Amino acid sequence: MSDINAAKVLDLKGLPCPMPVVKMSQEIGSVNVGEVIEVHTTDPGSLSDFPAWAETSGNEVLDTEQGGEFIKIFVKRNN
Amino acid sequence: MSAEPARKLEETAPAPKPAGVVLENKLSMVVFSGDLDKLLAAMIIATGAAAMGMKVVMFFTFWGTAALRDAKKKVGGKDFMSKMFGWMLPKGRNALKLSQMHMGGMGTAMLKSLMKKKNAPTLDQLFDIAAQLGVEIKVCEMSMDLMGFKHEEIIDYPNIDYVGVATFLANSGKSSNQLFI
Repeated sequence: MSDINAAKVLDLKGLPCPMPVVKMSQEIGSVNVGEVIEVHTTDPGSLSDFPAWAETSGNEVLDTEQGGEFIKIFVKRNN
Repeated sequence: MSAEPARKLEETAPAPKPAGVVLENKLSMVVFSGDLDKLLAAMIIATGAAAMGMKVVMFFTFWGTAALRDAKKKVGGKDFMSKMFGWMLPKGRNALKLSQMHMGGMGTAMLKSLMKKKNAPTLDQLFDIAAQLGVEIKVCEMSMDLMGFKHEEIIDYPNIDYVGVATFLANSGKSSNQLFI
């Protein structure tokens, strides 16, 4: 279990590529700089895509959790 | 009479870099194909790139222009050849065929039903997202003319205009990423 405190949970379960990063890019502005969004996704490609998205967009993936019914990705808004 | 000695590697000066060109975080894409599968790939890459914060410009040319026709719009006043082309080419993105396994429409229908089952975005949805994310569409004027398409039969899209090759080159020359699909 992650003890990261998320400002918002973004449910992207069931959405395939490219929707997870598209939704992420649309939602990142809904939290303040420094806050974290907890993303729930069922797309295994997101494990690679979210860090790539974060690097390019200047944000940060703090942690990912697998093993449950869905993948959790904790994304911190950095700009 | 000896031949000029072969020049050593270190004597070869590197090609000078063009002065003043600064690459932007930008994707310039040529959409040449009018195949369903290739347009899907192009739209997924375009929307993905826009989501990553890149500027995205898509240049639709040749067969690609047919994908931008609006099936609901009707235009008159075409000559015989333009009418023939208009009749033979797909009327818009929802009339496109797979580049392989079309099988008289069966393969394309199967892919569309699979996409629905897997909740994959349709071309309609991808064009909507592209519009929301500010993806620019530029259409090759020469291809439009060649195929006999008129501006009035092209889809409504917030960021669309009709250009020539120089516009593509000016954009791609400054882009960090370039693709031809």
